Amino acid sequence: MSGAPTLTPVLTDMWDVDRSWTLAAYEAKGGYRALDRAFAMAPDDVIAAVKDSGLRGRGGAGFPTGMKWSFIPQDNPKPKYLVVNADESEPGTCKDIPLMMGNPHVLVEGVIISSYAIRAHKAFIYIRGEVLHVIRRVQAAVEEAYAAGHLGKDIHGSGYDLDVVVHAGAGAYICGEETALLEGLEGRRGQPRLRPPFPAVAGLYASPTVINNVESIASVPSIVGNGADWFASMGTEKSKGFGIFSLSGHVTRPGQYEAPLGVTLRELLDLAGGVRKGHELKFWTPGGSSTPLLTAEHLDIPLDFEAVGAAGSMLGTRALQVFDETVCVVRAVLRWTEFYKHESCGKCTPCREGTWWLVQVLTRLERGEGTEADLDLLLDQCENILGRAFCALGDGATSPITSSIQYFRDEYLAHLTNGGCPFDPARSTAWAGEEVMA
Amino acid sequence: MSTSTPLDEKTLAELHEIAARYPEKRSGLLPMLHLVQSVQGRVTPEGIEACAEILGLSAADVSGVATFYTMYKRHAVGDYHVGVCTNTLCAVMGGDEIFARLKDHLDVGNDETTEDGKITLEHVECNAACDYAPVVMVNWEFMDNMTPESAVAMVDDLRAGNEVRSTRGPRVCTWREAERVLAGFPDGRADEGPCRRSGQPGRAAGRA
Ligand SMILES: Cc1cc2nc3c(=O)[nH]c(=O)nc-3n(C[C@H](O)[C@H](O)[C@H](O)COP(=O)(O)O)c2cc1C
Ligand code: SF4
Ligand code: FES
Repeated sequence: MSGAPTLTPVLTDMWDVDRSWTLAAYEAKGGYRALDRAFAMAPDDVIAAVKDSGLRGRGGAGFPTGMKWSFIPQDNPKPKYLVVNADESEPGTCKDIPLMMGNPHVLVEGVIISSYAIRAHKAFIYIRGEVLHVIRRVQAAVEEAYAAGHLGKDIHGSGYDLDVVVHAGAGAYICGEETALLEGLEGRRGQPRLRPPFPAVAGLYASPTVINNVESIASVPSIVGNGADWFASMGTEKSKGFGIFSLSGHVTRPGQYEAPLGVTLRELLDLAGGVRKGHELKFWTPGGSSTPLLTAEHLDIPLDFEAVGAAGSMLGTRALQVFDETVCVVRAVLRWTEFYKHESCGKCTPCREGTWWLVQVLTRLERGEGTEADLDLLLDQCENILGRAFCALGDGATSPITSSIQYFRDEYLAHLTNGGCPFDPARSTAWAGEEVMA
Repeated sequence: MSTSTPLDEKTLAELHEIAARYPEKRSGLLPMLHLVQSVQGRVTPEGIEACAEILGLSAADVSGVATFYTMYKRHAVGDYHVGVCTNTLCAVMGGDEIFARLKDHLDVGNDETTEDGKITLEHVECNAACDYAPVVMVNWEFMDNMTPESAVAMVDDLRAGNEVRSTRGPRVCTWREAERVLAGFPDGRADEGPCRRSGQPGRAAGRA
């Protein structure tokens, strides 16, 4: 492996600029110029450019963005809608929130270009409610964009009209799932809908709707501005472009690292000063808690959709949560499982009942009260959820469990022989021993 | 049971205003409930009735929605909602210890309010700030890289009425004021603070 890779600050480029969130700062960096380029193109050509760029959804699943847009039936007489998924709640995922805090205008410009492409005249930005200042910043950016003529009627004299509503959610991880989000946005309990019909055909108000992640939409201005080839020149064969990689946990310099897809954790750790001093990597998530855990043996896997999949996990949201050898994997997995149980929307039995049972058995094991047979019971319960749940939340709940048993079976057993957890949680804290941060 | 007064004319007008932002008015329900909380300190029966009436729904429908989302509170919340992230990453980095210390220091359990009505303590799920773990949210503002000591000092400041700022800049407002912003009524404070925690060397934003 070569040394440090070149970072590709595009979306994060503004973050260190003074008052980076303002229209003035964004325009000084060339902001809202891609808009005119888009207006000079036919909407279908904008879709084609996004297709050609190879951009794949940054919200976890990696669906090709341009293809999603082309599914919107333009002969459908109903209004078309764009909905931005800014619910960011997958444990470990922390990229969209700082992006909207530091550079909300790139999202707004992306919303305008994307809406123009799919011929929507109304767009919604659905932001999780628990991020007050981020909501302030996006509200202010939308206001500024209206005042500057980037939103509203006849934008830049193009004849194109667009209105944007900033909508705050109210606390529910499941509302990140796109159909549950639509339910929330329609003022209902956030429970997923049966698909088909897919949102592209019958989404918000049963009208054709595109739902995209914040980072996906925010990538659009740079694609239109610099060209599809520019974007496609970065990344790997089937995972084009750059993305924000979020390093958290036992890392010397945690933070947001924007790099081409295909970068490895080893390379990112080099940039981040490595695992915290005096410790070594034990396990990590490549894309949030719903993606199966990986270990030190996976440090050189290219972080793109294909390679992480081939390693038995998923690229997900590039939420790299790094845990060193002081951390008990059983404790970590139990806590995530409690999260899934808490966030299960209750619509389907495998997930509602299953996550409850998973917590029961894991709690027993963590206390050292179970037996080895409980491990098989856990795997059996996971099998009954995976593929049988109504949405991917249930599937995700099984990921940490099955992967941790695969890699750390002995550690589960150690809880049994030890009569409880053999780890000292105090050693994992940010202020433990020599690791105290300056 | 705490009681509440009926919603005033201004609030009713604002509830209508929220509903009118959307092609179909029911879409306004989530922000409308945020507005109810900003005025009444929780989701009250009166608030539910008002939303139901404006949207042409039954009170049971509105109640069903309100109980689904964790940010809506049935009992009164203090001036400051302190949410300690205890999802795995923050928990491991010290969130569990911070939560335990605050419970002890404030003498409250999870989702309880101090006797002076100032602080409601709750443990919360991942708040998309894991790179600053352990994280505490105060009225949904970020308090990054906390320790048990800094968390105790912060709640003491809140109770004493001293100005408290998010580690990312903005001054902490009251819970009700925050709820009003979530309802879609900006408070004009978007420009406070930088965008990231200052004084954190090497906090990379995509730069080597
Ligand atoms: C339980 C669950 C939670 C999700 N949370 C989010 C989220 O917070 N943000 C997001 O963009 N996508 C989330 N997704 C994925 C969305 O359903 C959807 O795939 C995505 O928003 C599509 O946008 P993209 O193609 O631009 O990635 C979640 C999915 C599930 C099953
Ligand atoms: S899998 Fe869980 S979250 Fe998804 S629909 Fe079923 S109960 Fe709801
Ligand atoms: S785990 Fe605490 S903010 Fe993500």
